[in-house]
Amino acid sequence: MIASIIVYGLVSSAVLALTAMGFSLTFGISGVANFAYGAFYILSGFLVWVLLNYLKVPFVLAIVVTIGMVWVLGFVTYWVILLRVRGIALSEVIATFALGVGILELFRWLGLVTYEFTLPTFIKGVVVIAGVVVDYQRLFIIGIGLALVLFLYFFTHYTRIGLAFRGVAQNERTAISLGIRSDLTAALSLAFGSAMVSVAAITILPLGIISINTGYEVLLIAVAVGIVGGLESVPGILVASLILGYAQVITGTYLKPEWMAVVYLAAIVLVLSIKPSGLFGKFKELEERV
Amino acid sequence: MRYRKERLDRGIKVRCDDVFALSSYREILYLAMPRVLPVAILLLFPLLKGVVGLYWEKTLVVTCTVSLLALSWDLMASVGLISLGQALFFGAGAYLTGYLNYAFKLSPIVTIPLGTLGGALFSTLLLLPVLRLRGIYFAIVTLTLPLLLGRFIETTKILGGGEGMSGLSPLPNIWFELYVAVFALLVCLFSFRRLINEDYGLVLQGIRDNDRAVMSGAISIYRFKIQAVFIAGLAASFAGAFMTHYYQFVGMSAFAMDYSIVPLTAAVLGGPGTFAGSVIGAFILVPLSEALRGFGTLRVVFYSAILIICVVALPEGIFHYMRRKYHQFERLTEIG
Repeated sequence: MIASIIVYGLVSSAVLALTAMGFSLTFGISGVANFAYGAFYILSGFLVWVLLNYLKVPFVLAIVVTIGMVWVLGFVTYWVILLRVRGIALSEVIATFALGVGILELFRWLGLVTYEFTLPTFIKGVVVIAGVVVDYQRLFIIGIGLALVLFLYFFTHYTRIGLAFRGVAQNERTAISLGIRSDLTAALSLAFGSAMVSVAAITILPLGIISINTGYEVLLIAVAVGIVGGLESVPGILVASLILGYAQVITGTYLKPEWMAVVYLAAIVLVLSIKPSGLFGKFKELEERV
Repeated sequence: MRYRKERLDRGIKVRCDDVFALSSYREILYLAMPRVLPVAILLLFPLLKGVVGLYWEKTLVVTCTVSLLALSWDLMASVGLISLGQALFFGAGAYLTGYLNYAFKLSPIVTIPLGTLGGALFSTLLLLPVLRLRGIYFAIVTLTLPLLLGRFIETTKILGGGEGMSGLSPLPNIWFELYVAVFALLVCLFSFRRLINEDYGLVLQGIRDNDRAVMSGAISIYRFKIQAVFIAGLAASFAGAFMTHYYQFVGMSAFAMDYSIVPLTAAVLGGPGTFAGSVIGAFILVPLSEALRGFGTLRVVFYSAILIICVVALPEGIFHYMRRKYHQFERLTEIG
């Protein structure tokens, strides 16, 4: 029992971290809201599915092509839609939110809701860890999740472009005066965030079917993890994912699995009322940021 | 030779603005028409039941509730609180009303006011910890709350769980349904327009434009935000409470995304910040979506497309455009 909680808690924490990372990159770190995030997640899933089943592309190529296409989509979204309403929080939120709902509902209308839409796992098979049966895909999730967290940390702290992201988030005008092109940076951050959600989708979706409601759920997860951990902090994402992941598995084991979703609500409300900037938020008060 | 467009106030507007003794029927009409005409149409439309048919009368009821939701969105937007989840208020009002009727067999005359008040109170309390957030952060939380509440009800199987509560008492008759909806809309519209022009509304708009400045004026912005959310919640909860008895059913659909995105689209399409715009938007969108009923969920895609186009290309909205055309004329003048 305990061993299974520890192992599956780790898996579900990794799922949360993977899912939340792209959102945190675009929104927390460079300050661009991407409410079409969940839609990009589902879109990546379907892109891979179409490439595999209609165009008969090899799996690895399909993955690479999908990630590339979603990267471009993120970039184009910024350049076509967000650039025109940059700085108006209301419009940014509404435009991306509408884009997300539009994509998801279009898929629903196209009838992509049946059980045939699944992605293949990377390697089939299971392994036994401390008496708990875990399949390889879940190990991949932990591995890729960890790798992405590390990548994100080093990317935002040690590369020029990552530092530019953070600079724009902290003070856009100062960043511009130091020669950082804020529009290009924001577009790139949206592109990288989208590519990350695409990675997350390809890794996580093989565990279940591709369903439209997952798209809304992904946004929820990203927001919950972001708020609990502090939106601009990479360690925050990690800790928040661990807390929420284990809380989920524990409620799932001792209560009913349906209660797991309630954990998010409780976590969001609790953290917002006690420490609005999140556990690891560096900003003293979240209210200082719009 | 290059030209630019120049806008000038119409003479009649200038006269009506400055000279308070109106000197002709034309001027009286000019001032009264934009207000009286829509009100008259709204009040007369239910009487035309024999001409337009029951279907479109029912559409009027739905349109009125969507307008109420859009108005409440607009009031919250006037305080700078961008909500992506008006369904929260709608669902809270709907479920409370439904429960009161289902469990205690109270009549709609009692349950609707109680549901309205209770729903608004509950949602305000729920939003209390997050009212300190601004802009995008508040939007995120409001987006998640109705979805999570819906999930919560499904999970805990309280209040009917996934199946909802059906077989609730119907409203007395069709006239009651129609006129309560229309009157609620009119009262809400004109009281909100009045409210935002009072000193009180000025504070609300001040919070939207620069909350630091309002705070430095020794005004507690949280108190005003809480009050504004409660007032906005009343309108939206009433819509929920009313629709519960109208459909004689309340279920998970009360927290559905539709009740968040349709009012939002209506307000953005009509022009945020004016209240009248929200109503105009709703009166365009809802009948349009009824006409497009055959497309099913594709309609939501239409809403999304309209939203994106409006936000990016027509940020001022229909109402501002109409008002400009009514009060001003344009002409070309030479540059230079």
